[in-house]
Amino acid sequence: MTKPIDFTVNGKYVSASPSNEDTPLLNVLRNEFGLMGTRFGCGLEQCGCCMVLIDGQPEKCCTKPISSVAGKSITTVEGLGTAEYPHPLQQAFIDEQAGQCGYCLAGILISAKALLAKSPSPTRKEIALALDGNICRCGSHNRIMRAVEKAAAVMRAGAAS
Amino acid sequence: MNAPLPGPLNDNPSLDRWVAFPAPGKVTINTGRVEIGQGVLTAMAQIASDELDVAMGRIAIHSGDTERAPNEGYTAGSQSIQFGGVAMRQACADVRALFLDQAAKIIGCKAGELSIRDGSILRDGASSGQDYWTLAGAVDLAVKATGTGPRKAVADFKTIGANSARLDLPGKIFGDAVFIHDMKFDGMLHARVVRQPNRGATIGAIDEAAITHAAKGDVSFVRHGDFLAIVGDSETAVDLAGAAAVNHVTWHNVEAPTALQQEAAWLLQRPAIDRVIGAPEPSDAQGKERFEATYSRGHLAHASISPSCGLAEFHDGHLTVWTHCQGVFPLRGMLAKTLGLDASAITVHHAQGSGCYGHNGADDAAADAAIIAMQMPGKPIRVRWRREEEFVYEPKSPAMVVKVRALLDDDGKPADWTQEIWSGTHNKRPGAGGILLGAQALPNPLPEPPPACVPESSGGGGTRNGEPLYDIAAKRIVHHLVTETPVRTSALRGLGAMPNVFAIECAIDELAERAGQDPVAYRLSIIADKRARAVIEKVAAMAKWQSGAPSGGGHGRGIAFSRYKNRAAYCAVVVELDVDEEIRVRHVWCATDAGLVVNPDGAINQIEGGIVQSISWVLKEQVRFDNAVASFDWETYPVLKFSEVPEIDCELINTKDEVPLGVGEVTAGPTAAAIGNAVSHALGARIRDLPLTRERIMAALLKN
Repeated sequence: MTKPIDFTVNGKYVSASPSNEDTPLLNVLRNEFGLMGTRFGCGLEQCGCCMVLIDGQPEKCCTKPISSVAGKSITTVEGLGTAEYPHPLQQAFIDEQAGQCGYCLAGILISAKALLAKSPSPTRKEIALALDGNICRCGSHNRIMRAVEKAAAVMRAGAAS
Repeated sequence: MNAPLPGPLNDNPSLDRWVAFPAPGKVTINTGRVEIGQGVLTAMAQIASDELDVAMGRIAIHSGDTERAPNEGYTAGSQSIQFGGVAMRQACADVRALFLDQAAKIIGCKAGELSIRDGSILRDGASSGQDYWTLAGAVDLAVKATGTGPRKAVADFKTIGANSARLDLPGKIFGDAVFIHDMKFDGMLHARVVRQPNRGATIGAIDEAAITHAAKGDVSFVRHGDFLAIVGDSETAVDLAGAAAVNHVTWHNVEAPTALQQEAAWLLQRPAIDRVIGAPEPSDAQGKERFEATYSRGHLAHASISPSCGLAEFHDGHLTVWTHCQGVFPLRGMLAKTLGLDASAITVHHAQGSGCYGHNGADDAAADAAIIAMQMPGKPIRVRWRREEEFVYEPKSPAMVVKVRALLDDDGKPADWTQEIWSGTHNKRPGAGGILLGAQALPNPLPEPPPACVPESSGGGGTRNGEPLYDIAAKRIVHHLVTETPVRTSALRGLGAMPNVFAIECAIDELAERAGQDPVAYRLSIIADKRARAVIEKVAAMAKWQSGAPSGGGHGRGIAFSRYKNRAAYCAVVVELDVDEEIRVRHVWCATDAGLVVNPDGAINQIEGGIVQSISWVLKEQVRFDNAVASFDWETYPVLKFSEVPEIDCELINTKDEVPLGVGEVTAGPTAAAIGNAVSHALGARIRDLPLTRERIMAALLKN
């Protein structure tokens, strides 16, 4: 047992005590904290199913050692919004029916959130490039990109009001 | 009087297998069809909503379960709505009629005076005080369907045919634990399998110390014959051990696919089962204008975004299995044979996985968990394949070679058509043509079933869409079912339809060019089928198709058409693209006639997805062999990225009076062929082998 590693997840202080300090953040989120929204896709940092925000930056966490996030702030898809209070991105994904099997969506929502934080009015091309680190195998790409555009508009309107 | 029942209802006639009223205000429907990202459960709820006259919100759906749901075989072949949906419609209509009869008895009126609004029974439009739930105790649903319950007329549909938001999407968008991967049981152990490289390979040495060291935690080994698994409490330790074991377990009798076997042409000289289907060869071919061309495609992977997962527990002699496979009943049957259990001692539940697009590793992962669980009674076991394991060991879509030979009439139209097809099997589903992967490593493994492919009565496998729908006097298929393939092959979205339609529709373009005709006009001149003409004309209008656009400038347009299985949905596609060293698809237009569409937006979502996947197959995908399966991750098997997806416009031709037809697979062939034709238009040179790699583009340009 290694010494506890403290960080925040979705605004809450947490402490992880994995048996191995190289334990991937993904396994800690899923198996210790029961946060199942962040998905395992490849374990190779290739597909983006496990995307989370670490201090605001989108990062794949399937191989990220838990020891490397000590003191950092993690946001997972569960931290975006809820069915009752959806994040504008989540509402837009529902409105556009942006998804088929849905396995990639949590990671894509996180990548989109990071994009809109730095670029509130992204072009379609910017959205596509921001999501190139996420694989969608079902082919819902255009619906997803439309949803990001729609959410961006809603968020801009919200910021202006 | 009984009426003929739709197939799945005939197979599962007891109405309580389909519908229940479990609590006041609640309806449960059971379907054998499972959610694989196609939105089928939402469509089933829409059907039940209209036929039972209850609001969507009252309906809970129970799906894919050997205990409660009807046995509908596989969720495959774009048949869920065409057959399963029609069965659900009739089951609900029969249930509704039974309740109206009972209500009439109690009220003392004729059933014809009654109607139902959101579950409440109305007499002449006013409340009767009765509803489904007050009557449920008196109506026995453990009776056989009669098929006589009147189904709603198309004009009376409220929910069927209207866009309905997918019931399963919100959970996926809010990050809920909706996937099989997210299931947890008390005392659950994680497991990884050390895969037997091939049937007949035997374990040499296992360096347990090295594997345990790599795990950095406690793991144990489960061995049964040459089936070896690593099990433990910690998923991280089991993961590390599973990855390390690849290098610390040696195998004898290893066979590996070679680079030579990678290309489809390898199939041509292999042992095969040969058949001729259709018209006899013409005896008076002399003097006729001939056309001949050969097309091919390599092996494809399903490449599901999540590696397969299965859970199992063996407790008091009963095995319970959770799987994301497409057929819980066939899997149960094969598990019974594999494990020596009675089918009644096995329960199989479906739980959602990522999109599978056919027979991927799902059944095998479930079998892995079951094999381990049988060795460790009382312990819930969760197996999750590694990414590399999924790519290397999932069944591949077989490579195919398709040779088209046509004899032309004086107007340059085909009068005689031969489609000669070389392909491995498209069906090694467990219990159909194959056995479960892990079962091959067990002592005295079940024999490999004899080589077979999907029969034409089920739409064919290698022969699917092998016959052009066009009005050609004589057509035949010469099918060579290649009996040994370098890797296990099985069903992927559309089976042989994609290579066959690619060949037919590229050949039709080549014939149009030869006849000096526009590809759209040429197609319309050789097909009378009205629904076929309608989708071709529609897509041409959508894309503002113009004949005589100049060729060879690096910018091209192509059209293609097919009717899936020659008996399901009609689809035509136009593709616009640019080619330099590689291909950039810019815009795709698609017109589809799928008869009565239950959820139009859901159907369009499927159609768009099929188009994107087909573009990916055609531009990028081929499983590589190099004394191993050399496509083992997303870098060695790249798929289409967001920045490579074109604009897509889809329209449905609304034929509400026609039977509903599935759409998941309709676009695969036409999209591939429209790309092939557009590339030919752009380059002024034709590439007949898929994928359309940079090497093939350069070779075509040089040949020009």
